[in-house]
Amino acid sequence: MQAHYGYKDGSGDYFIIVDTDKCNGCGKCVTACPYQVLELIPNEFDIEGGTMAVVKEEHRKKIKYSCAPCKPITGERRLPCVLACEPQAITHSW
Amino acid sequence: MAQAEIKTQEYWRWPEYRMTVLDRDWQKANVITAGVDIGSVGSKAAVLVDGELYSYAVQRTGGVSEQTAINVASWALEGTGLEIGKLHYVVGTGYGRVNVPFAKRSITEIACHARGANYIYGPTVRTVLDIGGQDCKAIRCDEKGKVLSFLMNDKCAAGTGRGLEVFADLISVPIQEVGKVSLSVDQEPPPVSNTCVIFAKAESLALLRQGWSKEKVAAAYHAAMADRIVDLLTRVGIEKDFVITGGVAKNMGVVQRLERILKIKALEPKMDPILAGALGAGLFAKALYEKETGQR
Amino acid sequence: MITAGVDVGAKFAKVVILRDGQVIARAKALVGLDLLKSASDVFETALKDAGISRSDIQRVVATGMGGNAILQKPPINADQVVSVVVAGAAGVYHAVPTAKTVIDVGAEEGRGIKVEGGKVRDFVINERCAAGAGTFIEAMARALEVKVEDLGPLSLKSMNTIPMNAQCCVFAESEVVSLIHSKISKEDISRAIHDAIAGRISSMVLRIGVEKDVVLIGGCALNPGFIPPLEKELHTSIIVPEFPEYIGALGAAVIAANPLR
Repeated sequence: MQAHYGYKDGSGDYFIIVDTDKCNGCGKCVTACPYQVLELIPNEFDIEGGTMAVVKEEHRKKIKYSCAPCKPITGERRLPCVLACEPQAITHSW
Repeated sequence: MAQAEIKTQEYWRWPEYRMTVLDRDWQKANVITAGVDIGSVGSKAAVLVDGELYSYAVQRTGGVSEQTAINVASWALEGTGLEIGKLHYVVGTGYGRVNVPFAKRSITEIACHARGANYIYGPTVRTVLDIGGQDCKAIRCDEKGKVLSFLMNDKCAAGTGRGLEVFADLISVPIQEVGKVSLSVDQEPPPVSNTCVIFAKAESLALLRQGWSKEKVAAAYHAAMADRIVDLLTRVGIEKDFVITGGVAKNMGVVQRLERILKIKALEPKMDPILAGALGAGLFAKALYEKETGQR
Repeated sequence: MITAGVDVGAKFAKVVILRDGQVIARAKALVGLDLLKSASDVFETALKDAGISRSDIQRVVATGMGGNAILQKPPINADQVVSVVVAGAAGVYHAVPTAKTVIDVGAEEGRGIKVEGGKVRDFVINERCAAGAGTFIEAMARALEVKVEDLGPLSLKSMNTIPMNAQCCVFAESEVVSLIHSKISKEDISRAIHDAIAGRISSMVLRIGVEKDVVLIGGCALNPGFIPPLEKELHTSIIVPEFPEYIGALGAAVIAANPLR
């Protein structure tokens, strides 16, 4: 399942997309993020269970701002969350 | 001295209501469950008897979520002889889902909307668009109502019910009628800003001052809403059958424009589409109850 | 040499008249539906204040959202239009030559500019979102039922920080109403409002990096409640020049005086 967390507003589209089929609940992205944007929660889409990585509720509406420090205008952009994820379950739309 | 009675109409206030679907008798039922969907703007309670819709209520969400949950559920049960305590299992959903004191579990509104849409529209549903009071959700699901992909935008008022409330207030037209008003134009005008209600409102005001009719400005605003919603939908992709849930599903101005742009017709709802979340929650409640009591 | 800069913003039109590097007149007025008329009226006011006429001015440079409306249009007859980013950089260099980072928050747009010797090195814009600009402050003042100019001082009296969840002007208005119902003081709510917008602006500025001296310009710089949370988020002191809302127009006037830059 593709879970899109973020929004579109006047200034653009900002979504972090987690592929829950690929996500193995390892939590490496959670520790890699310098701003505690991500967390692991029980899978809320299945009454069966498992854990999955999500963008914390408080960040979903301001993801552009939360992720801004990792996305400088000039210079190298190395997104710690994307680099930490072995199954490559996380992508950023901007 | 005679005093003129000044009636200030609240154009943004939509009517609250409840209903009992009478041809089901709860006294003969095995499982009585309820789903309570506490949204930021509207709260909905749906009571299900053996997995079929029995009664429901729709109210504006008040300042205290817990009280709203109790109020809307009690109202849904009014006149039925049932009480909250007699319900076998209750699931809370929506923005205020953790604040339903009598719910045994809370489940994300995304899952509940997919499940509820599957109930309202049938197993052919693959794409659900929910336009709520303060958010807009695009959900892809399978024939069982299981979520395959989703996107939720609750950051911005643009493309939501609140955006419509602001607009209804601006042109002094009751919110239940703005959609119809927007369709009374011969030619579709260019849309206003589709990305910010504040800017769209300022633009609309300027257009009204320039002499545009209410109908034309309404059309421009609804066109902007439709544009923005299509943008969001395109991110998750659209597959037939396509359905719309949430309060704004009743706004024909938005629905028809969406259908026109997407070149796809949304299925007609057989019951109030605003109940999708609460219905889905009530159905999950039944599944969880049966799992608990070993009936599965 | 006399030059003029006209900054036609989303809310205010600002005019600065410069003679040999000195400001001899400043004027500003609300912008109405007719941009040309609004700008021309305030231009007339500035001319009167300076005791000169249009023919005394060698060059006029326009900037701002509505800058194009006065390009080669009488009575102003602006000779050139420059972007607000370029004008802002030039204006700041005139006022605070040691500036390296400029934060410009107007009515509808927030901008971060990296500058060196008055030239733009990098910039970032927070556009088309009312929550990241002055409109947000105004809408919140309305929701709190206080005058816009009182909102800042009110926030400075607060002793508590409370978070603001809404990231949208419209939703924030509802949130303010429910905070009032929860008996939170107006001082604390006002502070939350300023913290919220300062957070958004800071995040944006961090994308170009913060280097001292940091200068704040634009209409929002007049708000005393805006500076403390900004300084806190950016971990640096911030300089607000005199007449910060005129810096864009000043920059345009400076560019008018040095067309070969």
